[in-house]
Amino acid sequence: MDTTNPVVNIRSLCKSYDGQRVVDNFDLQVQRGECFGLLGPNGAGKTTILRMMLGMTPPESGELNILEQPVSQGSYQVRQKIGVVPQMDNLDPDFSVVENLRTYASYFNLSGEIVRNRIQELLEFARLTNKADEQIDSLSGGMKRRLTLARALVNAPELLILDEPTTGLDPQARQLIWQRLRELKHSGHTLIMTTHYMEEAQRLCDRLAIMDHGKVIVQGTPQELIDAHVEPHVIEVVGNDVERWQAQFNKQDSTRFESLGESLFIYAQDEKPVIEDLCKFSHLDFIHRRANLEDVFLKMTGRDLREE
Amino acid sequence: MKTQQTAWLRWYPVWSRNMRVWRKLIGPALLGNIGEPLLYLLALGYGLGSFLGQKIEGLEYVVFLASGLVCSSAMNTASFEGMYSAYTRMAVQDTWIGMLTAPLTLRDIIYAEVIWCGTKSVISVAAILLVATAMGLVADARAILVLPLGWLVGACFGSMALVMTSIAKTYDFFLYYFTLLVTPMLLLSGVFFPIDGMPELVQTIAKILPLYHAIALMRPLMIGQLPTDVLLHLTVLGLYILVALPIAIRLISRRLLR
Repeated sequence: MDTTNPVVNIRSLCKSYDGQRVVDNFDLQVQRGECFGLLGPNGAGKTTILRMMLGMTPPESGELNILEQPVSQGSYQVRQKIGVVPQMDNLDPDFSVVENLRTYASYFNLSGEIVRNRIQELLEFARLTNKADEQIDSLSGGMKRRLTLARALVNAPELLILDEPTTGLDPQARQLIWQRLRELKHSGHTLIMTTHYMEEAQRLCDRLAIMDHGKVIVQGTPQELIDAHVEPHVIEVVGNDVERWQAQFNKQDSTRFESLGESLFIYAQDEKPVIEDLCKFSHLDFIHRRANLEDVFLKMTGRDLREE
Repeated sequence: MKTQQTAWLRWYPVWSRNMRVWRKLIGPALLGNIGEPLLYLLALGYGLGSFLGQKIEGLEYVVFLASGLVCSSAMNTASFEGMYSAYTRMAVQDTWIGMLTAPLTLRDIIYAEVIWCGTKSVISVAAILLVATAMGLVADARAILVLPLGWLVGACFGSMALVMTSIAKTYDFFLYYFTLLVTPMLLLSGVFFPIDGMPELVQTIAKILPLYHAIALMRPLMIGQLPTDVLLHLTVLGLYILVALPIAIRLISRRLLR
């Protein structure tokens, strides 16, 4: 196999529901061993793209090649080499942990000794060995998620598709999933994930795209995006006197203010004059940090709440 | 690690999954399968039958009833499975969506569900056959043929039930189907009494519906006779599958794979 061919190759992909474009001319190339993140507010079209990649939603137009096979509606073969962690857990509540893995393996026509060994490995990988015979109802959210991840690996997939893999998990559970995803990346798996957590994207993704209204707005490595789209320094100020400070502060042209509720975000090339001036207002609370992906995200998609 | 299931066998793991879930609850399941017909036969067969004071189509009422119950239970079992249970797997537990992220198609899953509905009907028919045999209500060994027929009847009602499932938004929706179709069929197709005495119109409607044909095939085998017009009855049952199944696949596909 030619290793220069991308694992995922999508060109001009479009999809509409009821006349409304939810995926608009989407392009994506992901190389083997890469972790790619799809970011965007609710309703940006992320899940629809993942479903089209799996042949579960028919594209309206465009080209869709996964693992060098064209994907079309009902092309189930491509899923033989893909592992999927869906947004909502759909584990089988009638089965125990190990039965869930065994049953899922049977959908891939996998059984026998090899699968039994593999399931043992996966239980260890997901830290569920001592829960093997537990019913699903008795598992915590983090354990269910880990089981779903283990289930996605039961067919030894080359490509993993993860739709919000850590949504709703506590920080410890999230850390463990991140660690596992990093291990998978290092062992040569290709990962495509959606997430609402910028920290997650920044830590795990080699490259990412921020989408809104079905379109990719920006694409690149996390650092590239930060460098290209926001000022390097961010100062968040909180206090009811913020406006008075803002009015008197003689800001440089390159400094940008963003108000969000009681907070003021100051984006600056040079943080020193801002901080110096803020120190004169002793009742104002502020923190200074480096710009991160969340700043890029909010700048690109706006601060308005999305109700969808 | 990478093998592909032979295309025509891809329904098997889905069927097998349902079977394994059923086996987990085998105790209450079998109790219901055996207990319910037993109660009907005792209460209606002997209780009500003793008031009749006459034979029905030359049979003791309890024998007549037993030979009808095998059919109605095949219908009920498959209808419940194809609606309440299948709906749970489709809309509540997302079991089918999980299967669809594996290399299975919706067609594989729906075929498996229909085959499974047939299987569950065979189980319930077998339970009644056992009870009726123990009570001496079965004429001879040819009654064993009701088992494969029970599968066909189950597949028929399962296919019809899946059409309802495909458009259901809640479990309550299934009450329409039960009230408007299953219960009238149960009462008016000849399970409890022959329909010859019914108004012409009722008879005609009953003969269009599948339960009548199930009874026409299965009752004679239970009472030591041979069914007549076998091909006609098989064709009607088969036609219901041939019409309902593609509709169910189409509608569920529109629902899950849009």
